[in-house]
Amino acid sequence: MIALEDVSYGFDGRLLFEGIGMTLAPGSFHFLTGASGAGKTTLLRLCYLDLLPQRGTITAFSKPAARLGRDGIAQLRRRVGVVHQDCAFLDHLSVRDNIALPLIAASVPPEQHGAAIDDLLHWVGLTERAAARPPELSGGEKQRAALARALILSPDVILADEPTGNLDWEMSLNILTLLVELNRLGKAVLVATHDLNLIRAAKSQVSARVLRLRQGQLDVAGAGL
Amino acid sequence: MSRLLDLMRGDPVADRVVPPSTRSSALTLIISAIMAFLAVFALALSLATLRLADRWSSALGESATIRLTAPEESEEARLSRILAILSETPGIASFRALTVEEEKSLLTPWLGEAVPLETLPIPRLVELLPADQDYDAEGLRLRLEAEVPGAALDDHAAWRRPLVRSAHRLTVLGFGALGLILVAMAAMVTLASTASLAVNRPALRVLRLVGARDAFIARAFVRRFTLRALTGAALGTLIGLAAIWALPDMEAAGGFLTGLGFGGLSWLSALLIPLIAAIVAFWATRAAAFRALKEIP
Repeated sequence: MIALEDVSYGFDGRLLFEGIGMTLAPGSFHFLTGASGAGKTTLLRLCYLDLLPQRGTITAFSKPAARLGRDGIAQLRRRVGVVHQDCAFLDHLSVRDNIALPLIAASVPPEQHGAAIDDLLHWVGLTERAAARPPELSGGEKQRAALARALILSPDVILADEPTGNLDWEMSLNILTLLVELNRLGKAVLVATHDLNLIRAAKSQVSARVLRLRQGQLDVAGAGL
Repeated sequence: MSRLLDLMRGDPVADRVVPPSTRSSALTLIISAIMAFLAVFALALSLATLRLADRWSSALGESATIRLTAPEESEEARLSRILAILSETPGIASFRALTVEEEKSLLTPWLGEAVPLETLPIPRLVELLPADQDYDAEGLRLRLEAEVPGAALDDHAAWRRPLVRSAHRLTVLGFGALGLILVAMAAMVTLASTASLAVNRPALRVLRLVGARDAFIARAFVRRFTLRALTGAALGTLIGLAAIWALPDMEAAGGFLTGLGFGGLSWLSALLIPLIAAIVAFWATRAAAFRALKEIP
């Protein structure tokens, strides 16, 4: 669904990674790990075309990213659910409205929003907090609301950037379980995390591939991780 | 226009995604009101000068005057000769010699009651109304020069043309000022919307990240600024019209400046100002929104 081929990217003349390749196929589960500053977030941003590669090609849903145009990129983002590290909410809207944002952006009639939002709020355990504003939520609640928003359009690919970064262990496992459930429904999942315990915990639930960004290269991490 | 109407209808759900009003959108309302107020006066000036030019052009073109300066003893004979010539001249509808009393009443407003006008050498005047504009003024002038010493035809062209030209220039200036006001309004709305877009950049980014197209995001901002401009301009126009309406009556005051105003259907032309302001705000904000969005992936 999303394939990176021979991709290079850097900031301010410094190459962050070079010639990397990766394919997110339907039903696949990937962890992306690496030290802070290794480029995990950058690689995720390349996957949802928030950045375009300086070299190499990205193909999204069989279309070359370079030819998508701005409307094409918007269309692509409706098929890729992203859980951002900072959650990226609109603070003037309620949790419910924030979750509905992709539906509003896709011009889905408001009368069709209700059931999908209610189901997701229930699934992530935020039914009681639906009317709250994002600044009123705890870190865990924000992450779960962000996950709900990422899923509202039933995307084919889910990208999560440190989705458990602000959570306690129990809540982290809850989020992981939610992601594994989605993967079992055939969604491709890519989770960027530096939490190795989370990766180890996932191994008992799902067959996940662990990719490691190190010194500008993307390696498949060994079994000893 | 259909885009503008769609915009007015709006989409309450989509409108909510734009963060609540900022100072810059309130500024748009105030600026639009002020600009519309000024635009009403510029429009009134343009229409007034247009009317004035027409009036001068037609009123002055309708009549001509023959001035006779002659010794007292031959004055009546020469005046009779002038009247005889006029009766033989084709293209002249009517003519009459002004009486001495009429001439005095014309001069009194300028010289005052105290001046003994009978002691002054006042030329005699003959007023004539041409049947059409093509009577042979040059032929009449030459004949008067030849046959009646001291008689001169004044068809008012010498001072009518510069007056009409000035009035037309004032009209152009008025409409030019109106255009400049609209340009200034576009610039101010662009500045306000650009500032608002800059403040709301994080919200624009979130909307892009969740799959919103540029047109969708721009529409929400454009609607807000267009409605603000329309509301502000409508207010400014109403206040401007009320101010014009409250000016002293033109006929009563008789001066040029009091002729500033609208008459008949021209009152309706002022109602175009809010509409034009909305169109200007629509395009200015739209351009600013798309420019801002280009910087967000």
